[in-house]
Amino acid sequence: MKDSSILFPGAPADEGTDQGMPPAVEQPASQRQRKSGRVGDWVARHSALAAFPFVLGGALLLWEALVRWQDYPVFILPRPGHVLQKALAMAADGSLLRHAKATVTEVGAGLLIGLTLAFILGYWLGRSRTLDRILSPYLVASQTIPVVAIAPLLVIWFGSGLLSKVLITTIMVFFPTLVSTIIGIRNVDPGLRELMRSLRAGRRQLFLKLELPAALPVIFGGLKLSVILAVVGAVVGEFVGADVGLGFLINLGRGVLDTPMIFVAVLMIVLLAQAMYWSVTLLESYLLRWRQLGLKDSD
Amino acid sequence: MTDPLLQAQNVSHNYPRRNRVMPALAEVSFSLQEHEFVCVVGNSGSGKSTLLRILGGLLTPTAGEVLFKGIPVRGPQPQIGFVFQNTNLMPWRTALENVLLPLELQKRLDRQDRERASAALALMGLEAFADAYPSQLSGGMAQRVTLTRALLQSPALLLLDEPFGALDALTRERLNQELLRLCRDRKQTALMITHSIQEAVFLADRVLVLSGQPGKLQGAILVDLPRPRTLEMLTWPQAGALTSEIRACLATGSQEPLPQ
Repeated sequence: MKDSSILFPGAPADEGTDQGMPPAVEQPASQRQRKSGRVGDWVARHSALAAFPFVLGGALLLWEALVRWQDYPVFILPRPGHVLQKALAMAADGSLLRHAKATVTEVGAGLLIGLTLAFILGYWLGRSRTLDRILSPYLVASQTIPVVAIAPLLVIWFGSGLLSKVLITTIMVFFPTLVSTIIGIRNVDPGLRELMRSLRAGRRQLFLKLELPAALPVIFGGLKLSVILAVVGAVVGEFVGADVGLGFLINLGRGVLDTPMIFVAVLMIVLLAQAMYWSVTLLESYLLRWRQLGLKDSD
Repeated sequence: MTDPLLQAQNVSHNYPRRNRVMPALAEVSFSLQEHEFVCVVGNSGSGKSTLLRILGGLLTPTAGEVLFKGIPVRGPQPQIGFVFQNTNLMPWRTALENVLLPLELQKRLDRQDRERASAALALMGLEAFADAYPSQLSGGMAQRVTLTRALLQSPALLLLDEPFGALDALTRERLNQELLRLCRDRKQTALMITHSIQEAVFLADRVLVLSGQPGKLQGAILVDLPRPRTLEMLTWPQAGALTSEIRACLATGSQEPLPQ
C-alpha cells in the first residue's frame, strides 16, 4: 500500500474509502489459528457426514426389528444379516464383481458417447439460434418417448449384448447434459464476449478461455442428472434382455425367489449411482473453487 | 498541429429494427490529438456507447470512417485499450489472471509477464488482492483491476465507457484522481464517455457534447483549467462557467424543452 502513495503522492492512503472489503480473504487464516475443539469444528462443518453413521445404524436396527416382529420368511424380507451373508458369498465366488463390472462398463461407455454428443451438439445449438430452432422440436419430441418403452426394440435390433445397453444409456444420458450445455453457452456474459472481441481472441481461445469456463457451472447441473440416469439406463437395459449385470441379477433373483440377491443388486446399484454423483460433485467443487468464495460473500 | 491520433469523419450509425432503422449517430466528426484527454458528455440514448464502439473498431459504422494513425479502422485494434462500465472481469480468474488475459491471448506467458502484472497491480494498491477473485473485490477495486488490465498493454489510445458510473460518489472521485495521475505519468491519450458534466470538467482537456436522437455533436468545449487538477478547482467560477456552457450545449440538442 505504501507504493501507491509514492507513485500517487496526492492520493489518499488506500484503506478507508473503499467500503465493503469482504473479509473472505482473511477468514481461512483465523480458522486455522484456532486450535481447540477440532472435533467439534469438524462436526459443525460436516454435520451431514457426521450424522450419517447414526442414520444408517438406525435404519438397519428398524429393519431388523421389523423382520423379527413380523417374522417374515426370507423370500419376503430378509434380515440385514442375510443380505450381508449373500453379498459376502457373491463377492467370494466372483459373481458380484462380474455383474458389477458389466454394469459399470455399460454406464461408462454410455456416458462417454452420450456426453460427447451432448457437449458437441449443445455447443452448436447454444451458438446458433437458427440451428436450435430447427432441431429443438425433434429433440424435445424424442424425449417424450419413454426409454423403457423402446428398450425392447433396441434389444431386438442390437442384440442382448453390450451394445443395446450402451445405446439405452447413451439416450438416457444425452438430454440433461445437452440442455444444460445449450443454456450454459447461451448465457455467456455478452460483455465478456465483447471484451474477448476487443482483444482479438481467436475462435479456439474464445472457447477455451471464455465459453467453457463460463458455461461450466450450468453444465455441471445437467451432468449430475446424467450420471444418475446412466445407471438407470444400464439397469433398464439389463432388465429387458441380458445375461450379465446388476439389472440381470435382480431379474434372476425374482425368478428364483432369491430375495437377498435382489437386495444385494439394488444396494450395488445405489452405491454405483452415489459414487458417480459424488465424483461429479467433487470435480465440480474443484473446478469451480472460485464460485464458493463468491457465494459466501453475496449471501 | 501534428497529425491527429484518431479521426472520426462523418460517422453515422443506424441500428436495424424489425421493419425500419433506428438512427443512433448522425454525422459525427472530430479528431483526437496525441496525449489529449477528451470526455464525451451526453444524455442516455445519445449514442455515446455506439460512438465508443465504432472508434474502437467493435462496431462498423453505417456511414463515415474512423482513422487511427491515419489508417481506417476495420475491427478491433491491438493499440486501443478498453475499459467498460461493467468491469468485465472473468469471475473464475483471480485479479492477476484477469490482468494477464490480454497478454495470454497473444503469446505464452513467462515469469517476466507475471512479475510485470504483479507490479502493475501493486501500483494500483492491489498487491494484497492479486490472488483474490472478482467476487471478493469491492466495486472500486474491481474497476482498478480493469484499468490495470487495459494499461498493461500500453495502448496508444484508451477508450473508457462510463468506467466509474456504477460506483459511489466518493470512490468515483478517488478513481478519477488516480486516472488523471496515471494518464499524466504515461502521457496517455484517452477518450472517456460520461454523463457527468462535473467529471468531464475535472478530467478533460476538451469536452465533446453529444445530444439528440440520433446523437449529433453539439459542440466542443476547451477546458482551460490548469493541471494538475484538484477537486477544489471545481468550485472555481471558471469551472462553473464551463459547466453551464456544457449544459446549455446539451440542451440545444434535445428536442423537447426542459421542464421549467
